[in-house]
Amino acid sequence: MERKIIIPGEVIIEGDSYLPGEGTTKTSEGIVALRYGLAEESNNLIKVIPLTGVYYPRRGNIVIGKVENITFNGWVIDIGASDNGFLSLMEVPRFVNKDALDEVLNLGEMVVLKIWAINKRGVDLSLKSRGLGKIDEGILVHINSNKVPRVIGKEGSMISLIKEETGCQITVGQNGIIWIKGKKIDDEVFAKKAIMFIAENSFKKGLTEKIQEWFKEEKK
Amino acid sequence: MNTPKIIKDRIIQYLGEGKRFDGRKANDYREVIIERGVAKNADGSARVKIGNTEVLVGVKMTVGEPYPDSADEGNLMVSAELRPISSPRFENGPPKFNSIEIGRVTDRVLRESHFIDLKKLCIKEGEKVWTLFVDVYAINDDGNLFDAAGIGAVAALKDVKIPKYDEAENKILWGEYTDEKLSLTKEIPLSLTMYKIGKHFIVDPTREEEDAIDARITIGGHDSTINSMQKGESGSLTMEEFYEALDFSEKIHKEVFKKLEKFLK
Repeated sequence: MERKIIIPGEVIIEGDSYLPGEGTTKTSEGIVALRYGLAEESNNLIKVIPLTGVYYPRRGNIVIGKVENITFNGWVIDIGASDNGFLSLMEVPRFVNKDALDEVLNLGEMVVLKIWAINKRGVDLSLKSRGLGKIDEGILVHINSNKVPRVIGKEGSMISLIKEETGCQITVGQNGIIWIKGKKIDDEVFAKKAIMFIAENSFKKGLTEKIQEWFKEEKK
Repeated sequence: MNTPKIIKDRIIQYLGEGKRFDGRKANDYREVIIERGVAKNADGSARVKIGNTEVLVGVKMTVGEPYPDSADEGNLMVSAELRPISSPRFENGPPKFNSIEIGRVTDRVLRESHFIDLKKLCIKEGEKVWTLFVDVYAINDDGNLFDAAGIGAVAALKDVKIPKYDEAENKILWGEYTDEKLSLTKEIPLSLTMYKIGKHFIVDPTREEEDAIDARITIGGHDSTINSMQKGESGSLTMEEFYEALDFSEKIHKEVFKKLEKFLK
């Protein structure tokens, strides 16, 4: 079955020979979509790759957030989900002066973090991994979190293409915030343009070829 | 989510090179599109798009009593509403500071330029005059709502048809219009805003850029006359910077006016 765009309530496929996967449900009419996105079939399992919606935090996700508040034992961080994230003092891999938490992370600053646990109180975040920490330079791009997989591409093919073409360091947060840092601001703006192009055309087929063509045209 | 500080630093750095994120220069305006007569129930209406910023303006006319200090003049009321649909930062409820400011700035440029001949809106001196309600609705906020509201108000007023009024019964005949239009001056007033970021002045910022500004000054004028002004945000302007802003605004007025001319005939 080919990938096709479906809307909630639409019957994706009739009959009993298929199983409902993520974003779908089974009714007497067949497999019905619950979300707006692309329908895909593999091994008789139908699933929907959503194109819109909010960000649902998952354990192990790398996210980019903004420091909202400083408490006595950590930082409250806005990661764009329904719950705020919390970064505890224990999860910072260096010595922190308890009387001056703002020297490490101050209000309004952006950080790259990892989600290490989700519970009913909220999302627990960590800095104990490579490549995590405060962002001090560069630009940030917001896209819908459901389009993040398209920006990364299969096994990172898309993102490494952009990195190669623009010469920028790019960190993609699973919550849809992307950090670009390059040698020149021109490069950063170019990378931003490329990412916005992918986000706009995320539902199209053969996106990697399209973006290659786009790069050729833009570089003229 | 508000724009973080690192983006502000980058915007200022990039402006130092004379460039902006979307490829414009400091004095470039985005594309402006005006549609007139978009709302059926209003006596005059206009939709203004500046890039992704979109504003809907409606004008409604009713008959009411004049104010005691202007017994032979019609009344003009301008209000702006920032609907939650336009941006995640706006909430439902009574108008807040920024929407009141947009309404008042727009009101001032219309009033002080004497764009509308309010004396012609008098029906019976001291007793009955026309009241003009100009309502500005933000549909999408991608920065520069001030200018969009100003342009929209002018475009909507140009679209107004005066409704029929039964003087004996003292009521407006709904849905019936006279051939009369509002009596407006030839010179079109424009209120355009100069935004100061770091040391630089820009016009028509996007949302990201508007978050990074230190100060803004809205200058309303028509036919190379300044008739209204409003300074906003916490940053300050020195005398030199103020003159720079004035010179800048004169150029921008001419430029934007050319863009709008075909829509406002």
